[in-house]
Amino acid sequence: MLFKVFPVGELIRLFEILSADRIVGPVKKGEDQHGHSLYDFDVVHDFAELRLDYTQTIHSAKNYFLPYREDLCTFTFQDAAGAGGDETGGSGDGQGRPNAAGARDGGSGDWQKEVDYGVYAPLVLFGLHPCDINALNKLDKVLLGGRYPNPFYGEKRANMFIVGHSCNPQPFCFCKSMGTDSAIRGFDLFLTRMDDLYFAEVLSSRAFHLLEQIDCREPDSREHRRYLNEMAVKESLFVAHVDTSDLTKILDLEFQAPVWKEWGEKCLSCGTCAQVCPTCYCYGVEEHVDMDLNHGRKEKKLYSCNLLDFAVVAGGHNFRPESHTRLKYRYYHKHRGFVEAFEESLCVGCGRCGQSCLARITVPEVIASVRASK
Amino acid sequence: MTKNKTFLGVPVARPKVGFFELSSCEGCQLQLLNNEATLLDFLSLVEIVRFREGMKEASDEYEIAFVEGSVTRADEEERLKNIREKARIVVALGSCACFGGVNQLKNRFHDLEWVKKEVYGSFPIETQEVKPLSAVIKVDLEIYGCPIKKEEVERIVTALVLGEEIHHPQYPVCMECKARENICLFDLGEPCLGPVTRAGCDAWCPSNRLGCWGCRGPAPEANLTRLQIIMAERGISQERMIDRLECFGGFAGFVADIRVKKEEAK
Ligand code: SF4
Ligand code: SF4
Ligand code: SF4
Ligand code: SF4
Repeated sequence: MLFKVFPVGELIRLFEILSADRIVGPVKKGEDQHGHSLYDFDVVHDFAELRLDYTQTIHSAKNYFLPYREDLCTFTFQDAAGAGGDETGGSGDGQGRPNAAGARDGGSGDWQKEVDYGVYAPLVLFGLHPCDINALNKLDKVLLGGRYPNPFYGEKRANMFIVGHSCNPQPFCFCKSMGTDSAIRGFDLFLTRMDDLYFAEVLSSRAFHLLEQIDCREPDSREHRRYLNEMAVKESLFVAHVDTSDLTKILDLEFQAPVWKEWGEKCLSCGTCAQVCPTCYCYGVEEHVDMDLNHGRKEKKLYSCNLLDFAVVAGGHNFRPESHTRLKYRYYHKHRGFVEAFEESLCVGCGRCGQSCLARITVPEVIASVRASK
Repeated sequence: MTKNKTFLGVPVARPKVGFFELSSCEGCQLQLLNNEATLLDFLSLVEIVRFREGMKEASDEYEIAFVEGSVTRADEEERLKNIREKARIVVALGSCACFGGVNQLKNRFHDLEWVKKEVYGSFPIETQEVKPLSAVIKVDLEIYGCPIKKEEVERIVTALVLGEEIHHPQYPVCMECKARENICLFDLGEPCLGPVTRAGCDAWCPSNRLGCWGCRGPAPEANLTRLQIIMAERGISQERMIDRLECFGGFAGFVADIRVKKEEAK
């Protein structure tokens, strides 16, 4: 890793150079009833809108690499014999959809399948906190590391430039417990604010060349110490903790613990926790035929294990009809199954799920209650 | 345009469809006419033999009957039974047809004669307690919403024509609201029925900074117990919550339970 420092005032130049691409970063969306600012990730056109002092965004940035809704493919049916058209003829819809990747001859007539990964321009994620960078690293393992990498995600990831930014731990943040409070890979550039200076960690050559274009230099030993001091201050700010020692085993032992039912009674089966989570990637697929019968599409929607019909199988049987069994599986996936598969938890401790849950179900409390089960 | 369609080379029957209205604002039917872009496709998929909002002719030959509105008069009961006899599939269109809708608000007054006098004064009309279609006839399919969402009806009609299974979302509005990255109304100090209401509207109201009023009725697993705690924790009065739950009739059973418990507590 290379380290650099530059004056805080130079950041706007960095932003402007990068703004040739689409920049997504934290912006203020409004205020809650107590006057606290509410933040979310959005496309940023003006440096002044970028709020690098943000606490935590309500939603993660996943809509930009794992959208809530995404068409996996669209179909156009064109059949000389009239498929999708009027019975007396007519060849297709005349809309001239491009002959895209995956287009095929469908046998008796023509049908085309069009696949669009939804990547039209490179994306800059500007200002991700370590938890969200680590979330991307975890998603990479699942979605790119397996035997069948997900091209929709992969294309977006391949066209991404990531600028990380140091955070101010909030009372609900427990990334430190999850080992995700600092990012050691998965970014191009990571900026730590030290009063009037930015301490930059440089991981990619693109980031290196970018810094050559602004007023930037090597840090001296005093600045190294200032950086370490910043880290120590951050460490001291964490309030929420999750005891993860032997957690996979404890979860196995406490599979039938009565506390799960208590949490299940509170749960609204609303899926909010999964929607705001930077690492929840479960989804469902629906097929739609347009009313003109000339077009169809397969739509992927992010889903949640907390939703009533998550475990409904063909024939209609629901393996998890009770809310506590579903809620439990969200925890088992994050804190047990994933650990067994990848030797790390799928939860990065960002605290978003607990912050958004109207039933006030938070990870630290759920895990603590399970650990305390008798 | 009137020729039969094919789908993947297989001919698709073009069912005869009738639209009917009982006591309602006819807003749901108007929704269907709203989107000119898809109206022609709609008309080529089904043969509309009856649609007061859109045509003069009216025929009694139909396979699918879309019935909007709730039952509030004896003659409406008769009409509805008549429709049931003729149609192969009866679809309750909109929240009035599904749960009674806004009309059923009058049911909470015990003295219907008084209501009649207040509303109609010296022009009395026959009116009885408001009922959803399912209280009178067997309903095959319900399309929720006040008003209905046109895209949803189009999806359902396409599925009916193609003989596909029809699924309603099983999750509450919050799921769609989060996908639209809205600020939660509760964070703004406002009540919202999104956590217990069946989705499908794409979080229409919260996306416009209005709390959900539950027009689509309860999600199949609606945690009303927890909803009451959520409201109470945030200082939203029970009356305010009940006002919302009562508005469209979908939560009538829950509201009755709450009232019984309230009485018992006295
Ligand atoms: S844990 Fe909370 S956010 Fe998640 S489904 Fe249950 S009530 Fe909704
Ligand atoms: S489970 Fe909750 S705390 Fe963990 S990563 Fe997801 S949203 Fe963040
Ligand atoms: S605004 Fe309403 S629908 Fe949206 S998340 Fe909040 S409670 Fe749910
Ligand atoms: S948000 Fe609620 S009230 Fe509004 S349309 Fe949807 S279900 Fe109806």
